[in-house]
Amino acid sequence: MNKVRQALAEAHRREWAFVLAATVRVAGNLDVAEECVQDAFVAALATWTERGVPGNPGAWLTTTARNRALDVRRREQSLRRKLPLLVGTDPAPDPADGEEAGMIPDDRLRLVFTCCHPALAREAQVALTLRLVCGLTTSEIARAFLVSEPTMAARITRAKHKIAAARIPYRVPPAHELPDRLDAVLTVVHLLYTTGHTAPQGQALVRADLVERALDLARMLHTVMPDEREVRGLLALLLLTDARRATRTDAGGRLLLLEEQDRSRWDQQAIVQGRELVRTALRPSRPGRFALQAAIAAVHAEAPSYAETDWREVLALYNVLLAVWPSPVVALNRAVAIAVVEGPAPGLAALDAIADDPRLAAYPYLAATRADLLRRLGRTQDAAHAYQAALSLTANTAERDFLAQRLAEVTDPSGS
Amino acid sequence: MAKYLLLIYGDETGFAEPTPEQWDWMMKAHGEFAQGVAAQGGQILGGEALQPTATATSVRSDAAGGDQTVTDGPFVETKEALGGFYLIEAADLDQALAFAKQCPAPGGGVELRPIMDTSGATPPGA
Repeated sequence: MNKVRQALAEAHRREWAFVLAATVRVAGNLDVAEECVQDAFVAALATWTERGVPGNPGAWLTTTARNRALDVRRREQSLRRKLPLLVGTDPAPDPADGEEAGMIPDDRLRLVFTCCHPALAREAQVALTLRLVCGLTTSEIARAFLVSEPTMAARITRAKHKIAAARIPYRVPPAHELPDRLDAVLTVVHLLYTTGHTAPQGQALVRADLVERALDLARMLHTVMPDEREVRGLLALLLLTDARRATRTDAGGRLLLLEEQDRSRWDQQAIVQGRELVRTALRPSRPGRFALQAAIAAVHAEAPSYAETDWREVLALYNVLLAVWPSPVVALNRAVAIAVVEGPAPGLAALDAIADDPRLAAYPYLAATRADLLRRLGRTQDAAHAYQAALSLTANTAERDFLAQRLAEVTDPSGS
Repeated sequence: MAKYLLLIYGDETGFAEPTPEQWDWMMKAHGEFAQGVAAQGGQILGGEALQPTATATSVRSDAAGGDQTVTDGPFVETKEALGGFYLIEAADLDQALAFAKQCPAPGGGVELRPIMDTSGATPPGA
Protein backbone atom coordinates (compact mmCIF):
# COMPACT_ATOMS: atom_id res chain seq x y z
CA MET A 1 0.00 0.00 0.00
CA ASN A 2 2.75 2.37 0.99
CA LYS A 3 4.64 1.42 -2.14
CA VAL A 4 1.61 2.24 -4.30
CA ARG A 5 1.15 5.64 -2.67
CA GLN A 6 4.83 6.36 -3.14
CA ALA A 7 4.65 5.35 -6.83
CA LEU A 8 1.57 7.58 -7.24
CA ALA A 9 3.25 10.57 -5.61
CA GLU A 10 6.29 10.02 -7.82
CA ALA A 11 4.10 9.76 -10.94
CA HIS A 12 2.20 12.90 -9.92
CA ARG A 13 5.40 14.90 -9.69
CA ARG A 14 7.13 13.46 -12.76
CA GLU A 15 4.30 12.58 -15.15
CA TRP A 16 1.48 15.04 -14.44
CA ALA A 17 2.35 17.40 -17.29
CA PHE A 18 2.80 14.58 -19.80
CA VAL A 19 -0.47 12.86 -18.83
CA LEU A 20 -2.51 16.08 -18.82
CA ALA A 21 -0.98 17.40 -22.05
CA ALA A 22 -1.77 14.15 -23.87
CA THR A 23 -5.31 14.15 -22.47
CA VAL A 24 -6.07 17.76 -23.45
CA ARG A 25 -5.58 16.78 -27.09
CA VAL A 26 -8.36 14.17 -26.77
CA ALA A 27 -10.65 16.08 -24.38
CA GLY A 28 -10.32 19.35 -26.32
CA ASN A 29 -11.03 21.20 -23.10
CA LEU A 30 -8.76 21.97 -20.15
CA ASP A 31 -11.33 21.41 -17.40
CA VAL A 32 -12.50 18.08 -18.78
CA ALA A 33 -8.90 16.97 -19.27
CA GLU A 34 -8.00 17.88 -15.68
CA GLU A 35 -10.97 15.94 -14.31
CA CYS A 36 -10.06 12.90 -16.39
CA VAL A 37 -6.45 12.96 -15.18
CA GLN A 38 -7.58 13.31 -11.57
CA ASP A 39 -9.93 10.36 -12.10
CA ALA A 40 -7.05 8.35 -13.54
CA PHE A 41 -4.97 8.97 -10.41
CA VAL A 42 -7.89 7.86 -8.22
CA ALA A 43 -8.38 4.74 -10.35
CA ALA A 44 -4.64 4.03 -10.16
CA LEU A 45 -4.72 3.82 -6.38
CA ALA A 46 -7.31 1.02 -6.47
CA THR A 47 -5.96 -0.84 -9.50
CA TRP A 48 -2.30 -0.64 -8.58
CA THR A 49 -3.06 -1.78 -5.01
CA GLU A 50 -4.84 -4.82 -6.42
CA ARG A 51 -2.55 -5.72 -9.34
CA GLY A 52 0.73 -4.01 -8.52
CA VAL A 53 2.38 -0.88 -9.92
CA PRO A 54 2.64 -1.11 -13.72
CA GLY A 55 6.04 -1.04 -15.40
CA ASN A 56 5.33 2.37 -16.94
CA PRO A 57 3.04 4.28 -14.56
CA GLY A 58 2.96 7.36 -16.79
CA ALA A 59 1.73 5.38 -19.81
CA TRP A 60 -0.91 3.63 -17.67
CA LEU A 61 -2.19 6.96 -16.34
CA THR A 62 -2.17 8.54 -19.81
CA THR A 63 -4.11 5.70 -21.42
CA THR A 64 -6.65 5.67 -18.57
CA ALA A 65 -7.13 9.45 -18.63
CA ARG A 66 -7.43 9.56 -22.43
CA ASN A 67 -9.99 6.76 -22.44
CA ARG A 68 -12.04 8.68 -19.89
CA ALA A 69 -11.78 11.80 -22.03
CA LEU A 70 -13.05 9.84 -25.04
CA ASP A 71 -16.03 8.64 -22.97
CA VAL A 72 -16.84 12.22 -21.99
CA ARG A 73 -16.64 13.36 -25.62
CA ARG A 74 -18.98 10.56 -26.75
CA ARG A 75 -21.41 11.35 -23.95
CA GLU A 76 -21.38 15.05 -24.84
CA GLN A 77 -22.01 14.18 -28.47
CA SER A 78 -24.95 11.92 -27.60
CA LEU A 79 -26.36 14.72 -25.42
CA ARG A 80 -25.84 17.01 -28.42
CA ARG A 81 -24.03 19.41 -26.16
CA LYS A 82 -21.17 21.32 -27.59
CA LEU A 83 -18.15 21.90 -25.38
CA PRO A 84 -16.05 24.90 -26.33
CA LEU A 85 -13.08 23.12 -27.86
CA LEU A 86 -9.52 24.34 -27.82
CA VAL A 87 -7.98 25.21 -31.14
CA GLY A 88 -5.31 22.74 -32.15
CA THR A 89 -6.73 19.70 -30.39
CA ASP A 90 -7.94 16.66 -32.30
CA PRO A 91 -11.47 17.58 -33.43
CA ALA A 92 -12.72 14.00 -33.58
CA PRO A 93 -10.25 11.52 -32.13
CA ASP A 94 -10.66 8.05 -33.55
CA PRO A 95 -10.84 5.55 -30.70
CA ALA A 96 -9.84 2.77 -33.09
CA ASP A 97 -6.63 4.68 -33.56
CA GLY A 98 -5.58 3.47 -30.07
CA GLU A 99 -2.05 4.77 -29.88
CA GLU A 100 0.43 2.36 -28.33
CA ALA A 101 1.86 3.45 -25.00
CA GLY A 102 5.11 4.54 -26.62
CA MET A 103 3.31 6.36 -29.41
CA ILE A 104 1.51 8.90 -27.24
CA PRO A 105 2.73 12.29 -28.43
CA ASP A 106 4.65 14.44 -25.96
CA ASP A 107 2.39 17.51 -25.80
CA ARG A 108 4.01 19.09 -22.74
CA LEU A 109 5.32 22.00 -24.79
CA ARG A 110 1.87 22.77 -26.17
CA LEU A 111 0.60 22.87 -22.61
CA VAL A 112 3.42 25.14 -21.43
CA PHE A 113 3.06 27.58 -24.32
CA THR A 114 -0.70 27.75 -23.84
CA CYS A 115 -0.33 28.50 -20.11
CA CYS A 116 2.24 31.23 -20.86
CA HIS A 117 0.42 32.81 -23.81
CA PRO A 118 1.05 36.59 -23.95
CA ALA A 119 -2.71 37.26 -24.06
CA LEU A 120 -2.82 36.11 -20.40
CA ALA A 121 -1.64 38.35 -17.57
CA ARG A 122 1.66 37.31 -15.98
CA GLU A 123 0.02 36.29 -12.68
CA ALA A 124 -2.45 34.15 -14.62
CA GLN A 125 0.41 32.55 -16.58
CA VAL A 126 2.16 31.69 -13.33
CA ALA A 127 -0.98 30.27 -11.71
CA LEU A 128 -1.93 28.22 -14.78
CA THR A 129 1.60 26.83 -15.12
CA LEU A 130 1.60 25.67 -11.49
CA ARG A 131 -1.87 24.23 -11.83
CA LEU A 132 -1.73 22.58 -15.26
CA VAL A 133 1.97 21.84 -15.79
CA CYS A 134 2.98 21.08 -12.20
CA GLY A 135 -0.37 19.67 -11.05
CA LEU A 136 -0.57 21.78 -7.89
CA THR A 137 -3.97 22.24 -6.28
CA THR A 138 -5.58 25.67 -6.17
CA SER A 139 -5.05 25.87 -2.40
CA GLU A 140 -1.35 25.05 -2.77
CA ILE A 141 -0.94 27.81 -5.37
CA ALA A 142 -2.93 30.25 -3.24
CA ARG A 143 -0.64 29.53 -0.29
CA ALA A 144 2.49 29.95 -2.42
CA PHE A 145 1.39 33.44 -3.49
CA LEU A 146 -0.22 34.42 -0.20
CA VAL A 147 -3.68 35.06 -1.62
CA SER A 148 -6.93 33.52 -0.50
CA GLU A 149 -8.11 30.32 -2.14
CA PRO A 150 -11.24 31.91 -3.69
CA THR A 151 -9.07 34.66 -5.20
CA MET A 152 -6.72 32.12 -6.76
CA ALA A 153 -9.63 29.93 -7.92
CA ALA A 154 -11.21 32.95 -9.64
CA ARG A 155 -7.89 33.85 -11.27
CA ILE A 156 -7.48 30.34 -12.68
CA THR A 157 -11.11 30.10 -13.83
CA ARG A 158 -10.87 33.47 -15.57
CA ALA A 159 -7.68 32.45 -17.38
CA LYS A 160 -9.14 29.13 -18.52
CA HIS A 161 -12.28 30.88 -19.71
CA LYS A 162 -10.24 33.33 -21.73
CA ILE A 163 -8.28 30.48 -23.35
CA ALA A 164 -11.54 28.90 -24.51
CA ALA A 165 -13.51 32.08 -25.38
CA ALA A 166 -10.73 33.98 -27.14
CA ARG A 167 -9.49 30.76 -28.76
CA ILE A 168 -5.92 30.75 -27.56
CA PRO A 169 -4.47 27.87 -29.58
CA TYR A 170 -3.08 24.70 -27.99
CA ARG A 171 0.15 24.54 -29.92
CA VAL A 172 3.84 25.28 -30.01
CA PRO A 173 4.33 28.65 -31.73
CA PRO A 174 5.91 28.76 -35.20
CA ALA A 175 9.66 29.40 -35.50
CA HIS A 176 9.38 33.14 -36.13
CA GLU A 177 7.41 33.66 -32.91
CA LEU A 178 9.37 31.19 -30.82
CA PRO A 179 12.06 33.48 -29.33
CA ASP A 180 9.49 35.90 -27.86
CA ARG A 181 7.10 33.20 -26.75
CA LEU A 182 9.90 31.12 -25.21
CA ASP A 183 11.11 34.18 -23.32
CA ALA A 184 7.66 34.46 -21.70
CA VAL A 185 7.83 30.80 -20.63
CA LEU A 186 11.33 31.21 -19.20
CA THR A 187 10.27 34.40 -17.42
CA VAL A 188 7.43 32.53 -15.69
CA VAL A 189 9.77 29.74 -14.54
CA HIS A 190 12.34 32.27 -13.36
CA LEU A 191 9.65 34.23 -11.52
CA LEU A 192 8.58 31.04 -9.72
CA TYR A 193 12.18 30.45 -8.73
CA THR A 194 12.82 33.98 -7.47
CA THR A 195 9.51 34.04 -5.57
CA GLY A 196 10.65 30.87 -3.79
CA HIS A 197 14.29 31.96 -3.53
CA THR A 198 13.47 35.05 -1.48
CA ALA A 199 9.93 34.74 -0.29
CA PRO A 200 8.40 38.24 -0.41
CA GLN A 201 6.84 37.79 3.02
CA GLY A 202 7.03 35.50 5.99
CA GLN A 203 9.55 33.90 8.25
CA ALA A 204 11.66 31.68 6.01
CA LEU A 205 13.97 33.20 3.41
CA VAL A 206 13.48 30.36 0.95
CA ARG A 207 10.25 28.61 0.03
CA ALA A 208 11.59 25.22 -1.00
CA ASP A 209 8.43 23.96 -2.74
CA LEU A 210 8.44 26.77 -5.32
CA VAL A 211 12.18 26.48 -5.86
CA GLU A 212 11.88 22.73 -6.48
CA ARG A 213 8.97 23.22 -8.90
CA ALA A 214 10.90 25.84 -10.85
CA LEU A 215 13.88 23.48 -11.11
CA ASP A 216 11.60 20.65 -12.24
CA LEU A 217 10.11 22.93 -14.93
CA ALA A 218 13.52 24.09 -16.14
CA ARG A 219 14.74 20.47 -16.35
CA MET A 220 11.59 19.48 -18.23
CA LEU A 221 12.00 22.33 -20.72
CA HIS A 222 15.63 21.31 -21.24
CA THR A 223 14.53 17.73 -21.92
CA VAL A 224 11.97 18.73 -24.56
CA MET A 225 14.02 21.59 -26.07
CA PRO A 226 17.63 20.43 -25.73
CA ASP A 227 18.87 22.77 -28.46
CA GLU A 228 17.45 26.02 -27.07
CA ARG A 229 20.38 27.92 -25.59
CA GLU A 230 18.28 30.16 -23.37
CA VAL A 231 16.58 27.10 -21.84
CA ARG A 232 20.06 25.80 -21.04
CA GLY A 233 20.94 29.24 -19.68
CA LEU A 234 17.92 29.30 -17.38
CA LEU A 235 18.54 25.78 -16.05
CA ALA A 236 22.20 26.68 -15.45
CA LEU A 237 21.21 29.90 -13.67
CA LEU A 238 18.80 28.07 -11.37
CA LEU A 239 21.29 25.26 -10.62
CA LEU A 240 24.16 27.65 -9.89
CA THR A 241 22.02 29.92 -7.72
CA ASP A 242 20.39 27.03 -5.93
CA ALA A 243 23.78 25.43 -5.20
CA ARG A 244 24.16 28.13 -2.52
CA ARG A 245 20.73 27.59 -0.95
CA ALA A 246 21.90 25.82 2.24
CA THR A 247 24.39 28.59 3.04
CA ARG A 248 22.20 31.65 2.51
CA THR A 249 21.09 31.79 6.15
CA ASP A 250 22.78 30.71 9.37
CA ALA A 251 21.36 28.16 11.84
CA GLY A 252 19.16 30.89 13.33
CA GLY A 253 17.71 31.89 9.95
CA ARG A 254 19.78 35.08 9.72
CA LEU A 255 20.58 36.22 6.19
CA LEU A 256 24.20 35.61 5.17
CA LEU A 257 25.76 37.71 2.42
CA LEU A 258 27.75 36.11 -0.37
CA GLU A 259 30.98 37.09 1.42
CA GLU A 260 29.89 35.36 4.64
CA GLN A 261 28.72 32.09 3.10
CA ASP A 262 30.54 28.81 3.75
CA ARG A 263 31.59 27.90 0.21
CA SER A 264 32.61 24.37 1.19
CA ARG A 265 28.89 23.64 1.67
CA TRP A 266 27.86 24.74 -1.81
CA ASP A 267 26.35 21.92 -3.86
CA GLN A 268 29.29 20.93 -6.06
CA GLN A 269 27.24 18.54 -8.19
CA ALA A 270 24.82 21.35 -9.14
CA ILE A 271 27.76 23.68 -9.83
CA VAL A 272 29.47 21.20 -12.17
CA GLN A 273 26.20 20.62 -14.03
CA GLY A 274 25.44 24.35 -14.19
CA ARG A 275 28.92 25.24 -15.47
CA GLU A 276 28.70 22.66 -18.24
CA LEU A 277 25.32 24.09 -19.32
CA VAL A 278 26.65 27.68 -19.25
CA ARG A 279 29.56 26.72 -21.48
CA THR A 280 27.23 25.56 -24.26
CA ALA A 281 24.60 28.27 -23.63
CA LEU A 282 27.09 31.09 -24.26
CA ARG A 283 28.26 29.81 -27.64
CA PRO A 284 28.58 30.32 -30.50
CA SER A 285 27.66 34.02 -30.26
CA ARG A 286 25.18 36.57 -28.91
CA PRO A 287 24.20 34.84 -25.69
CA GLY A 288 20.78 35.63 -24.21
CA ARG A 289 19.96 37.15 -20.86
CA PHE A 290 19.58 33.89 -18.96
CA ALA A 291 22.87 32.49 -20.29
CA LEU A 292 24.65 35.71 -19.24
CA GLN A 293 23.13 35.70 -15.77
CA ALA A 294 24.16 32.05 -15.45
CA ALA A 295 27.69 32.95 -16.54
CA ILE A 296 27.85 35.55 -13.73
CA ALA A 297 26.57 32.98 -11.23
CA ALA A 298 29.25 30.59 -12.54
CA VAL A 299 32.04 33.12 -11.85
CA HIS A 300 30.86 33.34 -8.23
CA ALA A 301 30.48 29.57 -7.95
CA GLU A 302 34.03 28.99 -9.20
CA ALA A 303 35.69 31.54 -6.89
CA PRO A 304 37.44 30.08 -3.85
CA SER A 305 36.43 33.15 -1.81
CA TYR A 306 34.60 36.46 -2.12
CA ALA A 307 37.87 38.39 -2.35
CA GLU A 308 39.31 36.03 -4.95
CA THR A 309 36.26 36.37 -7.22
CA ASP A 310 37.06 37.58 -10.73
CA TRP A 311 35.07 40.79 -10.30
CA ARG A 312 36.41 42.25 -13.55
CA GLU A 313 34.87 39.30 -15.37
CA VAL A 314 31.62 39.82 -13.42
CA LEU A 315 31.57 43.50 -14.42
CA ALA A 316 32.36 42.66 -18.07
CA LEU A 317 29.46 40.18 -18.12
CA TYR A 318 27.11 42.75 -16.56
CA ASN A 319 28.10 45.21 -19.29
CA VAL A 320 27.11 42.69 -21.97
CA LEU A 321 23.94 41.74 -20.07
CA LEU A 322 22.84 45.37 -19.75
CA ALA A 323 23.18 45.78 -23.53
CA VAL A 324 21.09 42.62 -24.18
CA TRP A 325 18.58 43.33 -21.44
CA PRO A 326 18.43 46.97 -20.31
CA SER A 327 16.68 46.30 -17.01
CA PRO A 328 17.11 48.61 -14.00
CA VAL A 329 17.75 45.56 -11.78
CA VAL A 330 20.68 44.59 -14.03
CA ALA A 331 21.97 48.17 -13.83
CA LEU A 332 21.75 47.93 -10.03
CA ASN A 333 23.78 44.71 -9.93
CA ARG A 334 26.29 46.23 -12.32
CA ALA A 335 26.71 49.15 -9.89
CA VAL A 336 27.55 46.63 -7.15
CA ALA A 337 30.26 45.12 -9.38
CA ILE A 338 31.61 48.61 -10.14
CA ALA A 339 31.80 49.30 -6.39
CA VAL A 340 33.96 46.20 -5.90
CA VAL A 341 36.24 46.80 -8.90
CA GLU A 342 36.56 50.58 -8.74
CA GLY A 343 35.50 51.45 -5.19
CA PRO A 344 32.32 52.59 -3.39
CA ALA A 345 32.31 56.13 -4.85
CA PRO A 346 32.11 55.07 -8.54
CA GLY A 347 29.61 52.40 -7.45
CA LEU A 348 27.44 55.04 -5.80
CA ALA A 349 27.66 57.22 -8.92
CA ALA A 350 26.44 54.30 -11.06
CA LEU A 351 23.63 53.76 -8.57
CA ASP A 352 22.61 57.42 -8.57
CA ALA A 353 22.26 57.25 -12.35
CA ILE A 354 19.35 54.80 -11.97
CA ALA A 355 17.97 55.98 -8.61
CA ASP A 356 15.03 57.82 -10.18
CA ASP A 357 13.86 54.90 -12.31
CA PRO A 358 10.21 54.43 -11.31
CA ARG A 359 10.55 50.68 -11.86
CA LEU A 360 12.91 50.56 -8.86
CA ALA A 361 10.73 52.70 -6.58
CA ALA A 362 9.49 49.70 -4.56
CA TYR A 363 12.62 47.59 -4.95
CA PRO A 364 14.25 47.19 -1.51
CA TYR A 365 17.69 46.24 -2.89
CA LEU A 366 18.24 49.71 -4.38
CA ALA A 367 17.97 51.36 -0.97
CA ALA A 368 19.86 48.49 0.71
CA THR A 369 22.76 48.71 -1.76
CA ARG A 370 22.86 52.49 -1.48
CA ALA A 371 22.91 52.22 2.30
CA ASP A 372 25.84 49.79 2.17
CA LEU A 373 27.91 52.03 -0.13
CA LEU A 374 27.15 55.15 1.96
CA ARG A 375 28.18 53.24 5.10
CA ARG A 376 31.48 52.28 3.48
CA LEU A 377 32.06 55.90 2.46
CA GLY A 378 31.56 56.96 6.10
CA ARG A 379 28.35 58.89 5.35
CA THR A 380 26.57 57.30 8.31
CA GLN A 381 23.60 59.66 8.48
CA ASP A 382 22.76 59.17 4.78
CA ALA A 383 23.32 55.43 5.25
CA ALA A 384 20.85 55.35 8.15
CA HIS A 385 18.17 57.03 6.00
CA ALA A 386 18.77 54.50 3.23
CA TYR A 387 18.57 51.53 5.63
CA GLN A 388 15.26 52.90 6.92
CA ALA A 389 13.99 53.21 3.35
CA ALA A 390 15.03 49.62 2.60
CA LEU A 391 13.34 48.39 5.79
CA SER A 392 10.06 50.02 4.77
CA LEU A 393 10.12 48.09 1.48
CA THR A 394 10.64 44.46 2.55
CA ALA A 395 8.35 42.19 4.57
CA ASN A 396 10.73 39.21 4.67
CA THR A 397 11.73 38.62 8.29
CA ALA A 398 15.28 37.40 7.55
CA GLU A 399 15.96 40.44 5.37
CA ARG A 400 14.39 42.83 7.88
CA ASP A 401 16.56 41.48 10.71
CA PHE A 402 19.68 41.98 8.60
CA LEU A 403 18.76 45.56 7.68
CA ALA A 404 17.76 46.45 11.24
CA GLN A 405 21.13 45.22 12.50
CA ARG A 406 23.01 47.32 9.95
CA LEU A 407 20.86 50.34 10.82
CA ALA A 408 21.73 49.88 14.50
CA GLU A 409 25.43 49.74 13.59
CA VAL A 410 25.42 53.05 11.73
CA THR A 411 23.22 54.92 14.21
CA ASP A 412 25.14 53.65 17.26
CA PRO A 413 28.86 53.82 16.39
CA SER A 414 29.87 52.36 19.76
CA GLY A 415 28.21 49.10 18.78
CA SER A 416 30.08 48.78 15.50
CA MET B 1 -12.55 29.90 -37.61
CA ALA B 2 -13.57 32.37 -34.92
CA LYS B 3 -14.98 35.87 -35.06
CA TYR B 4 -13.43 38.89 -33.35
CA LEU B 5 -14.32 42.53 -33.14
CA LEU B 6 -11.27 44.65 -33.71
CA LEU B 7 -11.74 48.03 -32.03
CA ILE B 8 -9.46 50.83 -33.17
CA TYR B 9 -8.61 53.39 -30.50
CA GLY B 10 -6.62 56.56 -30.87
CA ASP B 11 -6.25 60.23 -30.11
CA GLU B 12 -8.96 61.65 -32.33
CA THR B 13 -7.81 65.28 -32.17
CA GLY B 14 -5.18 64.51 -34.80
CA PHE B 15 -7.78 63.20 -37.20
CA ALA B 16 -10.68 65.57 -36.48
CA GLU B 17 -9.98 67.53 -39.63
CA PRO B 18 -7.61 65.42 -41.70
CA THR B 19 -5.56 67.01 -44.44
CA PRO B 20 -5.96 65.51 -47.94
CA GLU B 21 -2.58 63.82 -47.42
CA GLN B 22 -3.70 62.27 -44.13
CA TRP B 23 -6.93 61.14 -45.73
CA ASP B 24 -5.12 59.50 -48.64
CA TRP B 25 -2.70 57.83 -46.28
CA MET B 26 -5.53 56.42 -44.15
CA MET B 27 -7.51 55.13 -47.13
CA LYS B 28 -4.41 53.48 -48.54
CA ALA B 29 -3.38 51.95 -45.18
CA HIS B 30 -6.82 50.46 -44.59
CA GLY B 31 -7.02 49.18 -48.17
CA GLU B 32 -3.70 47.40 -47.71
CA PHE B 33 -4.85 46.02 -44.37
CA ALA B 34 -8.00 44.55 -45.93
CA GLN B 35 -6.02 42.97 -48.76
CA GLY B 36 -3.49 41.56 -46.28
CA VAL B 37 -6.15 39.89 -44.12
CA ALA B 38 -7.69 38.17 -47.15
CA ALA B 39 -4.26 37.12 -48.46
CA GLN B 40 -3.45 35.49 -45.10
CA GLY B 41 -6.60 33.38 -45.00
CA GLY B 42 -8.68 35.64 -42.78
CA GLN B 43 -11.85 37.48 -43.65
CA ILE B 44 -13.24 40.93 -42.98
CA LEU B 45 -16.96 40.56 -42.33
CA GLY B 46 -17.58 44.25 -41.80
CA GLY B 47 -16.08 47.48 -40.56
CA GLU B 48 -16.61 51.21 -40.42
CA ALA B 49 -14.89 54.43 -39.45
CA LEU B 50 -16.74 56.43 -36.81
CA GLN B 51 -17.42 60.16 -36.59
CA PRO B 52 -15.56 61.82 -33.69
CA THR B 53 -16.85 61.44 -30.13
CA ALA B 54 -18.00 65.08 -30.21
CA THR B 55 -20.89 63.80 -32.31
CA ALA B 56 -21.76 60.96 -29.90
CA THR B 57 -24.92 60.79 -27.82
CA SER B 58 -25.35 58.33 -24.97
CA VAL B 59 -28.50 56.82 -23.54
CA ARG B 60 -28.04 55.58 -20.00
CA SER B 61 -30.46 53.34 -18.12
CA ASP B 62 -30.73 53.13 -14.36
CA ALA B 63 -30.13 49.81 -12.61
CA ALA B 64 -33.79 48.82 -12.74
CA GLY B 65 -33.92 49.59 -16.46
CA GLY B 66 -36.54 52.24 -15.85
CA ASP B 67 -35.37 55.81 -16.23
CA GLN B 68 -33.35 56.57 -19.31
CA THR B 69 -31.29 59.70 -19.63
CA VAL B 70 -29.88 61.09 -22.85
CA THR B 71 -26.53 62.88 -22.60
CA ASP B 72 -24.18 64.54 -25.04
CA GLY B 73 -20.89 62.67 -25.51
CA PRO B 74 -19.53 59.11 -25.51
CA PHE B 75 -20.46 56.50 -22.89
CA VAL B 76 -16.99 56.61 -21.35
CA GLU B 77 -14.79 59.67 -21.73
CA THR B 78 -11.23 58.56 -22.53
CA LYS B 79 -8.13 60.13 -23.98
CA GLU B 80 -8.01 57.44 -26.63
CA ALA B 81 -11.40 57.30 -28.31
CA LEU B 82 -12.98 54.54 -30.35
CA GLY B 83 -12.48 55.62 -33.94
CA GLY B 84 -13.52 52.61 -35.98
CA PHE B 85 -13.94 48.86 -36.02
CA TYR B 86 -13.65 45.71 -38.08
CA LEU B 87 -15.51 42.45 -37.64
CA ILE B 88 -13.02 39.80 -38.69
CA GLU B 89 -12.78 36.05 -38.92
CA ALA B 90 -9.52 34.33 -37.99
CA ALA B 91 -8.31 30.79 -37.29
CA ASP B 92 -7.48 31.53 -33.64
CA LEU B 93 -6.29 34.29 -31.34
CA ASP B 94 -2.74 34.12 -32.69
CA GLN B 95 -3.93 34.89 -36.22
CA ALA B 96 -6.34 37.56 -34.94
CA LEU B 97 -3.43 39.16 -33.04
CA ALA B 98 -1.35 39.13 -36.22
CA PHE B 99 -4.18 41.01 -37.99
CA ALA B 100 -4.52 43.42 -35.07
CA LYS B 101 -0.83 44.26 -35.37
CA GLN B 102 -1.28 45.00 -39.08
CA CYS B 103 -4.31 47.23 -38.52
CA PRO B 104 -3.53 50.95 -38.98
CA ALA B 105 -3.87 52.67 -35.60
CA PRO B 106 -1.24 55.43 -35.55
CA GLY B 107 -0.58 56.75 -32.06
CA GLY B 108 -3.23 54.48 -30.60
CA GLY B 109 -3.98 50.80 -30.47
CA VAL B 110 -6.41 48.02 -31.12
CA GLU B 111 -8.56 45.98 -28.76
CA LEU B 112 -9.60 42.47 -29.78
CA ARG B 113 -12.83 41.02 -28.45
CA PRO B 114 -13.97 37.49 -29.24
CA ILE B 115 -17.55 37.39 -30.48
CA MET B 116 -19.93 35.40 -28.30
CA ASP B 117 -21.71 32.52 -29.99
CA THR B 118 -25.40 33.09 -29.24
CA SER B 119 -26.73 30.41 -31.57
CA GLY B 120 -27.01 27.65 -28.92
CA ALA B 121 -29.86 26.92 -26.58
CA THR B 122 -27.54 27.20 -23.57
CA PRO B 123 -25.01 29.89 -22.68
CA PRO B 124 -21.68 29.40 -24.48
CA GLY B 125 -19.26 27.31 -22.43
CA ALA B 126 -21.97 26.21 -20.00
